Amino acid sequence: MRLSSKATTLLILAAVIAIAPVFFPSSYYFRVGSLIFVNGLAVTGLVILIGYAGQISLGHAGFAGIGAYACALAPVHLGLHPALAAVLGALLSAAIAYLVGRPILRLKGYYLAVTSLGFGILVSMVLSNEAQLTGGPDGMAVPELGLRAVLKAIGIDLSNTEFWYAFSGLVLVLGAWLALNLYHSPTGRALRALHGSEVAARTVGVDVAHYKLVAFVLSAIYASVSGSLLALQNKFITPDVAGFMHSIEMVTMTVLGGAGSVLGAILGAAILTTLPQVLTIFQEYEQLMLGLVMMLVMIFMREGLLPSITRRIRGRAE
Amino acid sequence: MKFVLTTTALALILAAPAFADIKIGATISETGPASFLGDPEAKTLKLLVEEINAAGGVNGEKLELVIYDDGGDPNKARTFATRLVEDDEVVAVIGGTTTGTSMAIIPVFEDAEVPFISLAGAIEIIDPVKTYTFKTPHTDRMACAKIFEDMKKNAITKIGMISGSDGFGASMHKQCLSIVGDYGIEVLADETYGPTDADMTPQLTNIKGKDGIQAVLNPGFGQGPAIVTRNYAQLAVGLPLYQSHGVASDGFIELAGAEAAEGVRLPGTALLVAGLLPENDPQRAVVVAYKEAYEKATGKPVSTFGGYAHDALRILVDAITRAGSAEPSDIRDAIEGTKGLVGTTGTVTMTAEDHLGLDLSAFRMLQIEKGGWKIVE
Repeated sequence: MRLSSKATTLLILAAVIAIAPVFFPSSYYFRVGSLIFVNGLAVTGLVILIGYAGQISLGHAGFAGIGAYACALAPVHLGLHPALAAVLGALLSAAIAYLVGRPILRLKGYYLAVTSLGFGILVSMVLSNEAQLTGGPDGMAVPELGLRAVLKAIGIDLSNTEFWYAFSGLVLVLGAWLALNLYHSPTGRALRALHGSEVAARTVGVDVAHYKLVAFVLSAIYASVSGSLLALQNKFITPDVAGFMHSIEMVTMTVLGGAGSVLGAILGAAILTTLPQVLTIFQEYEQLMLGLVMMLVMIFMREGLLPSITRRIRGRAE
Repeated sequence: MKFVLTTTALALILAAPAFADIKIGATISETGPASFLGDPEAKTLKLLVEEINAAGGVNGEKLELVIYDDGGDPNKARTFATRLVEDDEVVAVIGGTTTGTSMAIIPVFEDAEVPFISLAGAIEIIDPVKTYTFKTPHTDRMACAKIFEDMKKNAITKIGMISGSDGFGASMHKQCLSIVGDYGIEVLADETYGPTDADMTPQLTNIKGKDGIQAVLNPGFGQGPAIVTRNYAQLAVGLPLYQSHGVASDGFIELAGAEAAEGVRLPGTALLVAGLLPENDPQRAVVVAYKEAYEKATGKPVSTFGGYAHDALRILVDAITRAGSAEPSDIRDAIEGTKGLVGTTGTVTMTAEDHLGLDLSAFRMLQIEKGGWKIVE
């Protein structure tokens, strides 16, 4: 029996997450792992937007910022549990994505890229300037999620880094599962149709504006949850999370690994999250190496790393 | 013969642990937006560790410095902090160039019980006191206090403020307002400007138009204060202008122009005026030695920020020497017991309640005269 590509992807992902800790020499590797998963989640959202629907956004760090600051602000001002605060952040991101997405998704290509970029920068400016609320550029503390203490009470005692490795890994698998389900659903088919040709999609009755908005809102929720996870894990947050560079990083990860493939994009997140750690000795050349890797991938593997490699392995290289 | 070989081998094996290195870590913003702070800090640490090792190390053991560049990103800093503690297994960490990176990594060291000396300004780092966290730079509040003291001495009771809205300006603005009442000084005008604004004439005109103002204070950082100083001279406000320690560098005089900057007062560290210190000044020997070593090694003028790293390493080395051990908890206790250590920012005496250990004597009130500095106390 041949497994469906969805089951294969989820199996590979879950297996890697579960088996990798065996090879970890110290708990620092759990930290890097959990960062990969957090980035991987945001990138999975971008697969829906960029890979499925063929739209671009250079402002998704703005949603990560909303999710992160929701976890910092809602417990203090509204007395919400941090987990509920993350949900609130996701709802808020979805609402904002809906309002912002309606006008800007009418734009295409560069115009859409620049407008979304403006949105991301606006969010980070608000977070930096509203210092009395957000603590300004110096950032603010985020309360403890409290789940680790609950696990300890029932006999599962994990260190901080181990817990966040497991927890963000779990959220990533869940996120990947939802994204893969979407791919094979009627919505997913509509998204892929409008990616191929908007005119053709419209001709066969796809509500193009509606489905673009669906992809935009969904990817915003992914980014928001990833921002919340980062904030809760670090217990401290600064406006950098919503910064322009973070947006660019997300898109780079997606495109590097392969925008059309969930597993590929997560691989991209893994590479770009680990690279700065591996390259600490050549820190001055980090940007150079990144640029080189990016150019090589764009020239020789235009679909991204994973899709190009699997295609070659299957012997169907063009 | 065999016996000799065996004994030699045995002696080597036994001797080896005595030469085991003391591993200390650092996560510094060498690149990125805070690189003008982080670059001299990293250079200073590397330079001093080399110097200390050349002189025989600490307690007969060599220092090994593991240094990472976090680019000013708190999330990266957090990862490097975890790496220093968990993977490199260092006994103490210096770093956190900015308040953001420092606040992000404090929980790592408090959890792992490894002493950490921050190089960032904000008072939140050591207030409330955290067991394993220390810092070397004086706080914004101390700079405000120093300025207000000088104003009081000159019988100034009503002032106008114009503050940058960047992190530094906003933080110092808040701290100044929180203590201004203690000095019997009233803030009659309170203006702000953005970090990239090119002209502050409107705000300064507002201040100039307010009756009764006797002096103007400008908490800010980077190019903003230089523009304020120039506009201030152009408008011929004619009142004393106070700048903050954030612009205590020769670069500020260059940027504002010697003519416009004439008469500007600001609190600065002894390092900035090393050559002007009197012979009997307790800090003179330390700051002159550091200044000469740094400028010889890097060919660049010494900066206050490198001085923060200098002090952090001196405090750490002093603590390891006194503790006679490289156990993190022993080092922590010894750091807390630091007494009368002369650094570039002042004389450090820590206690269980004070993890900064500086008082107002850390600052010198300086006045710009003919494009140079003059100590005015």
